[in-house]
Amino acid sequence: MIAVDKNAIKTDVLIIGGGIAGLMAAIHAARQGVGVLVAEKANTRRSGCGATGNDHFMCYIPQVHGKNMEPILAEYYKSQVGGFSDPSLATAFLRQSFGRVRDWQRWGISMQSKGKWDFSGHAFPGRPRIWLKYAGHNQKAVLTRQAKKQKVNINNHLTVTDILAAKGEVGGAIALDTVREKPVLRYIRAKSIVIATGCGSRLYPSPTPGWMFNTANCPVCTGSGQAMAYRAGAKLVNMEFPNRHAGPKYFARCGKATWIGLYKDPHGTPVGPFVSKATRELGDITGDIWSDVFTAKFKSGDGPVYIDCSSTSKADLDYMMWGLVQEGNTGMLDYMAAEGIDVRKHAVEFMQYEPFLVGRGIEIDARAETNIGGLFAAGDTVGNFRADCAGAATFGWIAGQSAAARAKRTTTFQNIAGDPYARKRIRLYSGIMQRKNGPDWKEANLALQQIMNDYAGPRGRSETLLNAGSNYLKNLKKKAVETLTAGNAHTLMRSIETLDLMECAEVILLTAAERKETRGKHVRLDYPFTNPLLTDKFLTIRKQTGRVHMDWRDRI
Amino acid sequence: MPPIINAEKCNACGVCADICPTDVFHVEEKKTVPSVRYPEECWHCNSCVLDCKQRAIELRIPLPLMMLHVEAKK
Repeated sequence: MIAVDKNAIKTDVLIIGGGIAGLMAAIHAARQGVGVLVAEKANTRRSGCGATGNDHFMCYIPQVHGKNMEPILAEYYKSQVGGFSDPSLATAFLRQSFGRVRDWQRWGISMQSKGKWDFSGHAFPGRPRIWLKYAGHNQKAVLTRQAKKQKVNINNHLTVTDILAAKGEVGGAIALDTVREKPVLRYIRAKSIVIATGCGSRLYPSPTPGWMFNTANCPVCTGSGQAMAYRAGAKLVNMEFPNRHAGPKYFARCGKATWIGLYKDPHGTPVGPFVSKATRELGDITGDIWSDVFTAKFKSGDGPVYIDCSSTSKADLDYMMWGLVQEGNTGMLDYMAAEGIDVRKHAVEFMQYEPFLVGRGIEIDARAETNIGGLFAAGDTVGNFRADCAGAATFGWIAGQSAAARAKRTTTFQNIAGDPYARKRIRLYSGIMQRKNGPDWKEANLALQQIMNDYAGPRGRSETLLNAGSNYLKNLKKKAVETLTAGNAHTLMRSIETLDLMECAEVILLTAAERKETRGKHVRLDYPFTNPLLTDKFLTIRKQTGRVHMDWRDRI
Repeated sequence: MPPIINAEKCNACGVCADICPTDVFHVEEKKTVPSVRYPEECWHCNSCVLDCKQRAIELRIPLPLMMLHVEAKK
């Protein structure tokens, strides 16, 4: 058996994941005077999608946008992140977003890096601009420092694997300590839990066959929040909708709106209708609203599509290069410099990346609580709200307050010793460690990716394909559970990530079969139309005593 | 495969192994130069390069990640 630490860790509030949402939740919860533990898989100074930076923070600033928030809300819905959000959450977010901007500015993240509130990029001509440009290269270090200042207990290299809940209330969690070669499992007793595990990468193939870590978003954010919440009985929502990002071809990276140039075909003709000259204020938003353009032009034979910055002014190019540093793309910039790739004279090919989970997942209310008492969620793992970094910051803050308030109301800790579900999971993990021969996590993850690509991919789904995919996945998961092997704490962690991805995949296949229409990137070959009756209808899924329940609801 | 540690410059502080988001490094024994144990799990995020006070680490971007580019049309 895996070593299990007999002494359970005790904390009022447990935060799972120390990314933007997790650290903001931790800071705000600690300020309410409760004990807070952040369990972080890596190190909060450099973890998650915001590890090395970011440069766009969506927000509403009354002194810039005017007293009426409605036009900004409308712009949010039209943006690349606004499609699947509950209005109650979007409104709460926008109202509080400026508060978080001011917090960050005070703490040492430069939100007025050019001496003013600079709203640039991700914008349509003639419309309000809602993305604040900021200098986020140091954001994780600053937030970590701030959390420590508030006496948050940060436990790095501790991966929460399962949430323990009884009678609809959370009681704690189990976590895998990966500090040493040999894994150790720890029980954590908590009155409130905030899931802030980020996005879900590694579900679909990367641009490079077999190289699962060539991903735009963090490759070790693997939908684990969604999976552990679902296992605990929490509702997931919008899981059927694929989300795809675009960026430099083969070097998968976020930050396409940081590039200031025009998307052009090989003849030098712009492919989008929005701008004829790119500026820092108005880049080419074609990539935001038509990320399929890169795939579509390939398919039609008119591709490839490049980003061409050669007609951008020198001042705006300098601004762009500064922005790419703030976005955290120094690895790519160093490479470009070494290879002589010069944006003043070279056009760089872009591509559309395969789907990942962001803004698809755990259902929360405007206080960030799930349908399980004491279980909260924030950031990319949430399914009914999305605003990327700004959304994580703002809803992390909300979740921290709610989680602390609940912990204060809760007088006793649940007894989780001997929890039968925990024992079952520990047996599963022990089995993976004990087996001598069998597939490793990479085989299992690649097998999953090929099923997702072929049977639940964005190129087209149908009832028969999805059912076939579900069956194949069931076989794969059974096989993985029974035969996976891992030699140390690191590979056990990757194995558990892979099993979590399989759980997300199951949910995607089921919900994709249930939504019998084509909408967004959910393309049903057998239902090629968009059903007006399903407009604004969200599909939720949860598991109760082993049975799956799917329900439709209106946007709230 | 990335990253590459210059053992001459490395002071074996272990920061790179501690902060790597994807846990590619391995420290066999404290105060020794880390090894790059899981190079295929590198995200090329540059965290190790940025946080190494000794400037002892460089990333080598592997060939399949070559950024495709052409001369821009005038």
